[in-house]
Amino acid sequence: MNGPQDVGGRHGFGPVVPEDESIRFHAEWEKRVLGVTLASAALGYWNIDASRHARESLPPAIYYGASYYEIWLRGLEALLQRAGEVSEEELADGRAIAPGIRTDRRLPATRSRRFWPKAARPNAPAPPPASASATGSARAITSRRVTPGCPDTRGAGRGSSPRSMAVTSIPTPTPISKGSSPARFTPSGSTRRSSSAGMPIRP
Amino acid sequence: MHDHHDHDHDNELDEMTARVRALETILVEKGLVDPAAVDAIIDTYEHDVGPRNGAAVVARAWTDPDFADWLKRDATEAIASMGYFGRQGEHMVAVFNGPEEHNLVVCTLCSCYPWPVLGLPPAWYKSPDYRARAVREPRAVLSEFGVTLPETTRIHVWDSTAEIRYLVIPERPPGTEGMDADALAALVTRDSMIGCDLLEPPP
Repeated sequence: MNGPQDVGGRHGFGPVVPEDESIRFHAEWEKRVLGVTLASAALGYWNIDASRHARESLPPAIYYGASYYEIWLRGLEALLQRAGEVSEEELADGRAIAPGIRTDRRLPATRSRRFWPKAARPNAPAPPPASASATGSARAITSRRVTPGCPDTRGAGRGSSPRSMAVTSIPTPTPISKGSSPARFTPSGSTRRSSSAGMPIRP
Repeated sequence: MHDHHDHDHDNELDEMTARVRALETILVEKGLVDPAAVDAIIDTYEHDVGPRNGAAVVARAWTDPDFADWLKRDATEAIASMGYFGRQGEHMVAVFNGPEEHNLVVCTLCSCYPWPVLGLPPAWYKSPDYRARAVREPRAVLSEFGVTLPETTRIHVWDSTAEIRYLVIPERPPGTEGMDADALAALVTRDSMIGCDLLEPPP
């Protein structure tokens, strides 16, 4: 889906600020967002693509102004409302009014430490290659691989639809700086981009 | 935004703390989320699942040619054989740095990242600054990490997808010939496994 999240290559952003690998969170509330989000996923209402879609559907002004875990929290609120588990009134009040529905699927603490079981591999035959036309510049396809699924169809609850992903190569423009030779790099294929042609659009 | 975890005035909670507390309270009251499960998830990603896992994979790749070959052919299975699999790492690809090839990983659309081997993504990886610029000016981004590559080095930028997650296998530093895998793993930094760091020989 096209949206505010698609920032690759955009101008106007600032320097990257590295940080020590021992830093995991920047505030206590971020931890709760992570834990509540993963625990809520066990209720089984959405998959990873639907949760990404909920975050990417935030209005651009909110998306750009929100930190990472704030985007997660707002996305989670939307997903739980869509599932009918939480109402706007409850969120405003900060307390439950109606009982929970899928209480039988509550994630037990004993299971939450374990990693999720290994996902089943798709063993469907390779689908025909999708167009590699992406967002403009000419690209050379350097290889292909089959993706495990199509985020657009999965996010809309319409199945996995594995398809071909093109790995493409784009030469960078000649650098402006004096005396340097052209740098080359290879932004490698993203299913969301390079297989977008002919892909069903989310409702 | 700052925390108020060192004192306890509930009516002075910052907006995000109040917001996630409201949602967690509702879900717990409804029987949809067990707070102990939330605690266990947080503890898992603070202490168990982090970049030391990836460092062990890299060190084994340096010391075991058969394993390195397996990583190239099927990184998901090779990494799972070491016990690292599951959530956000179901489909892994290992990309190997060499004298003339350097790999850099980004997720332009959000923050897709190989959790089982690297843990939670660092703040900069999730920032629009990194996401926007890594694909357009990777050398400038690398310089912000203190990394300068020869101009003849070819840089491959891998744009992660919701399914496929990349692990960079950095070059083994010189002067490490006699070291075992555990000692080698201690030299491997998280950023080197994203492509934002070059490893130094041991002091």
